[in-house]
Amino acid sequence: MIPAAFDYYRPTDMAGVLALLQQHGDDARVMAGGHSLIPMMKLRMAEVPHLIDLQDVAGLDQISLSAEEITLGAMVTQHTIINHPDLVQAAPILREAALQIADPQVRYMGTIGGNVANGDPGNDMPGLMQCLDAKLTLVGPEGERQVAARDYYEAAYMTDRADDEVLVAITMPVPQGGFAYEKQKRKIGDYATAAAAVQIGKADGKVATASVAMTNLSDVPVWSEAANAALVGTECAPEAVKAAVAAMLGDIDPSEDNRGPVAFKRHVAGVVLTRAINRAWSRA
Amino acid sequence: MSDKMHIKLTVNGEGREFLAEPRELLIYALREHLNITGPHVGCDTSHCGACTVTLNGKSVKSCTMFVGQANGADITTVEGLGTPDALHVLQESFREHHGLQCGFCTPGMITRAAKLLEENPTPTEEDVRFGMAGNICRCTGYQNIVKSILAAADEMNGSEQGQTVEAAE
Amino acid sequence: MNDLTPNREERTANLKGMGCARKRVEDARFTQGQGNYVDDVKLPGMLHGDFVRSPYAHARVKSINKEAALALPGVVAVLTAEDLAPLNLHWMPTLAGDKQMVLADGKVLFQGQEVAFVVANDRYIAADAVELVEVDYEELPVITDPFEALQSDVVLREDLAGQTEGAHGPRKHHNHIFTWEQGDEAATNQVMDSAEVVAEESMYYHRTHPCPLETCGSVASMDKVNGKLTLWGTFQAPHVVRTVAALLSGIEEHNIRVISPDIGGGFGNKVGVYPGYICSIVASIVTGKPVKWVEDRMENLMSTAFARDYWMKGKISATKEGKITGLHCHVTADHGGFDACADPTKFPAGFMNICTGSYDIPVAYLGVDGVYTNKAPGGVSYRCSFRVTEAVYFIERMIEVLAIELDMDAAELRRINFIKKEQFPYTAALGWEYDSGDYHTAWDKALKTVDYEGLRAEQAERVEAFKRGETRKLMGVGLSFFTEIVGAGPVKNCDILGMGMFDSCEIRIHPTGSAIARLGTISQGQGHATTFAQILASEIGISADSITIEEGDTDTAPYGLGTYGSRSTPVAGAATALAGRKIRAKAQMIAAYLLEVHDDDVEFDVDRFVVKGAPERFSTMKDIAYAAYNQAIPGLEPGLEAVSYYDPPNMTYPFGAYVCVMDIDVDTGVPEIRRFYALDDCGTRINPMIIEGQVHGGLTEALAVALGQEIAYDDLGNVKTGTLMDFFLPTAWEVPNYETDFTVTPSPHHPIGAKGVGESPHVGGVPCFSNAVQDAFRAFGLRHTNMPHDHWRIWQTANKLGLHD
Repeated sequence: MIPAAFDYYRPTDMAGVLALLQQHGDDARVMAGGHSLIPMMKLRMAEVPHLIDLQDVAGLDQISLSAEEITLGAMVTQHTIINHPDLVQAAPILREAALQIADPQVRYMGTIGGNVANGDPGNDMPGLMQCLDAKLTLVGPEGERQVAARDYYEAAYMTDRADDEVLVAITMPVPQGGFAYEKQKRKIGDYATAAAAVQIGKADGKVATASVAMTNLSDVPVWSEAANAALVGTECAPEAVKAAVAAMLGDIDPSEDNRGPVAFKRHVAGVVLTRAINRAWSRA
Repeated sequence: MSDKMHIKLTVNGEGREFLAEPRELLIYALREHLNITGPHVGCDTSHCGACTVTLNGKSVKSCTMFVGQANGADITTVEGLGTPDALHVLQESFREHHGLQCGFCTPGMITRAAKLLEENPTPTEEDVRFGMAGNICRCTGYQNIVKSILAAADEMNGSEQGQTVEAAE
Repeated sequence: MNDLTPNREERTANLKGMGCARKRVEDARFTQGQGNYVDDVKLPGMLHGDFVRSPYAHARVKSINKEAALALPGVVAVLTAEDLAPLNLHWMPTLAGDKQMVLADGKVLFQGQEVAFVVANDRYIAADAVELVEVDYEELPVITDPFEALQSDVVLREDLAGQTEGAHGPRKHHNHIFTWEQGDEAATNQVMDSAEVVAEESMYYHRTHPCPLETCGSVASMDKVNGKLTLWGTFQAPHVVRTVAALLSGIEEHNIRVISPDIGGGFGNKVGVYPGYICSIVASIVTGKPVKWVEDRMENLMSTAFARDYWMKGKISATKEGKITGLHCHVTADHGGFDACADPTKFPAGFMNICTGSYDIPVAYLGVDGVYTNKAPGGVSYRCSFRVTEAVYFIERMIEVLAIELDMDAAELRRINFIKKEQFPYTAALGWEYDSGDYHTAWDKALKTVDYEGLRAEQAERVEAFKRGETRKLMGVGLSFFTEIVGAGPVKNCDILGMGMFDSCEIRIHPTGSAIARLGTISQGQGHATTFAQILASEIGISADSITIEEGDTDTAPYGLGTYGSRSTPVAGAATALAGRKIRAKAQMIAAYLLEVHDDDVEFDVDRFVVKGAPERFSTMKDIAYAAYNQAIPGLEPGLEAVSYYDPPNMTYPFGAYVCVMDIDVDTGVPEIRRFYALDDCGTRINPMIIEGQVHGGLTEALAVALGQEIAYDDLGNVKTGTLMDFFLPTAWEVPNYETDFTVTPSPHHPIGAKGVGESPHVGGVPCFSNAVQDAFRAFGLRHTNMPHDHWRIWQTANKLGLHD
């Protein structure tokens, strides 16, 4: 498998990246770790005459932590997320999810920005970012703007990001309470048959806050307000969980693929979400 | 065709320079420009790990990296892990515990295992199985690969000589 | 000279002969990245070939425009069927008596079929040029179902129009290939009609693929000055490739040298002859330069030989007590667009007629109908002897179904029907003569080791707990007992393209007492360089460490039929032992001369000949080797060499008993293998370390096939599982540790009693994993469900049984 020829650029700052994007328009693509884009190029399903490698752009691999907020540069890799002690302490769900992405080698290269930016419904981080209410920082010719992860995804591979914008950082509040990332897949390296990200805050023995999102069960990640509402105020007993699952099942729209037919996916979505909620609650 | 790039790599401790199209994959650059044929192409889509090399301290799949991306990098392949007279512990251990059959996955396996043990010198069996899950073997069923890596870890932890043992036999 | 140290035991150990867990001599190069696989072959001026492949499963090729491709700088040639036709190379014979297009001749019959071959200065230009070849297709109706094919008016193979006779008898329909019948159908039906109990079941053994980690490829180099063609490639049978190349190209066979370098796994995928090999040869002849062709993984999965794809309909009859009285099997075999099965010529369904398994079944019938569809050709033995996995899966499922019908324990049902030890050699109802076996001993050992009764008790408790709502996990106990038939085979009934399936070994002893032996086989990971040296060490008394084993170069190795179907040890291993015995016979004469006694007065003792009754008077093999070259011995030619060609009198019949314990999450369909016990009896054991490694590997390939690995097509004939994302190859994370065990029942007709083992674990493993899944649901009424048992299909089984309500 051999990709078509392209011109390769490795700018050292965002100005350089933006200039190249301006110059080449649709013919240019930015690349982070490359593990989504390169296979597509090798299969000649993605034509990229001008490839802009972000690896030398200064500052994109920074992690900053405060008591309230976490900011991850777009080029922070899954491997770093898994092995960063302070980050793991602050948001253990990031590690739990990152460990279920691809395999060790791919995690050294795969970045959170690449995982989040392109709108691949199979990727794990978009659902998780919605669960955590992350804000995506995009830089473009008009300057910088922030978009909520919950507003970013429009359809498969269609996002709020314009072609001349680049995702540079992801900011999220430090998650509170119990967490779980539950994923069913066929084997290591596979996308989810169904995956659920759950974060639950607890006060006085009851669910104070709940945020529930699922992956690869629609052409976009699904953060279900109805599911959240079904949990808040309850003691997270089986009937509340059931109600949350029912709400989520109302919001997803899986399609058949090699992982199985729709009925199976809907069933597994319910099982995976139930387990995730129960585990998050047990940790809350 | 795009213009060729001047590529500079450090491979197994040696500076190497050559001209290549940016789209050339690192695996082919190593194999065809530099005649480093230990790493192999197994799947083309970053699933099998036969092409694994260590690049700037990371285990990477060189079939899913353009040579342009790797420009300037420090790379270690299986050829750089030991010498015929001083094999890497893993090279010895894979032989000792029958951790290979056809040998096609072996360079990637050993290169990945070396990095795994560097990051986690005392892995459990579960750590090894999880840490090696980016490398597919069709012959061994993994049992002896896992055994080889665990034995190498023991050997490295017990051995004064650290990374290498004399090829005793 | 007369020092008797080291003693006999030490001398035996020094030989590293049969039975010792000798470390592999191959490993030094592989662990250091110094293997030499086909893609490592690099020749001056070498060009690269790449295929234009059909995106359609069935289409007419109306025109091919190669102008734009040829205009690309660096493109040397673009070959189409039209270019190959004058050489009569646009079609090639298959191993199954059919013919196959090398490049699309007017139409394409499967997605991924080779349409044009681009030759360029490097692989990048070749890939670019592939995109520039314009092919005008007219889509035709696609048939991916063999039953539909047999009803359809659509003619897939127009080249065979009007031919009512095929390579294996009459064709019943234009999409029908052959009917193959074995056994006595009338007698079988009669038994069925009057039987106390009859169980029937239909099962589909899905299409899959051997998928070795190295794909297929070749490098052809035509030296026009000397008229010699050298061909490196991924060949499991290099001599057969040489003969085929000679027959097809018209180049005399002595001018063709075929080299199988290191091979990155074969598992049957590298037995056949592929269009890429032919095109690289033609391109080298046309351009006068070496031409390399190496396929990528998608090409490998889409176009090179698949395995299985058998629709099997079975009927088994028994008494109320469970004694089996008859077996009836009909197979509809989907062969894809061309019949390119790799079977011995007289066996169009391979050894499917071993489907009576390990059981004493008085009467049986097997009928197989081969059918063309719009799928890739193939039908190779994926880690098994010809179609034996299908046969063993069939009978081991039928036994389970019969056990359900009889409401009997499946282990007990097997036990009361096993062929008894004293019945061997045993002639089965479908004709095979099983050489040796002791099934009851193996079965009892297996069941005792796993505490079979304890497992059944635990399973029963689990079912109750499930019914009470205390757990959502069911437990399955998978059983299988298999008999393989390997070592093809006796030349009287086994040949490939007319060449008898003997094998060979040639030995040269060097003057200083070391040796080289060459064989007609080729290792793809089995460790021949290690184990064949062990056989020889024991036979000729020279340490295995002093014996080089060489295979795969047709200029130096004696003619042999190659390595597949677990035939290397049964056939070439026998040739090795017998060649060794020829060496020993001459050595005995030399020793007698050196010791100044009569030939009959010396006897072989580990690494020497000794004067009978006087062990202090001896001549070591080293002394003998030296004398053979340096001393004039009356009546003897100088030198110490031997060649043996071995035509086996019978197949060998390895067997084994496997048990798998599995937990199944009813809600997600996720299976978890808790335990796997494998007892193998492969006769005499040459190297226990290598046997164990073969068992681990074969079981893992069995796990893959049973639990998810398939080549799936959609209705348009598109391959849905073309990359390793979707084609299931398990990683270390999905694979359990296996417990291995053995009994030893030597083959009575094999010179060293060895039977072969490489494929047994796959053959026995697939039904064992499948039976474990199915057994978990037996208490809830499941009778049979088809593989692969991936998550959604397991879930669907549970769902249909009402376990989600």
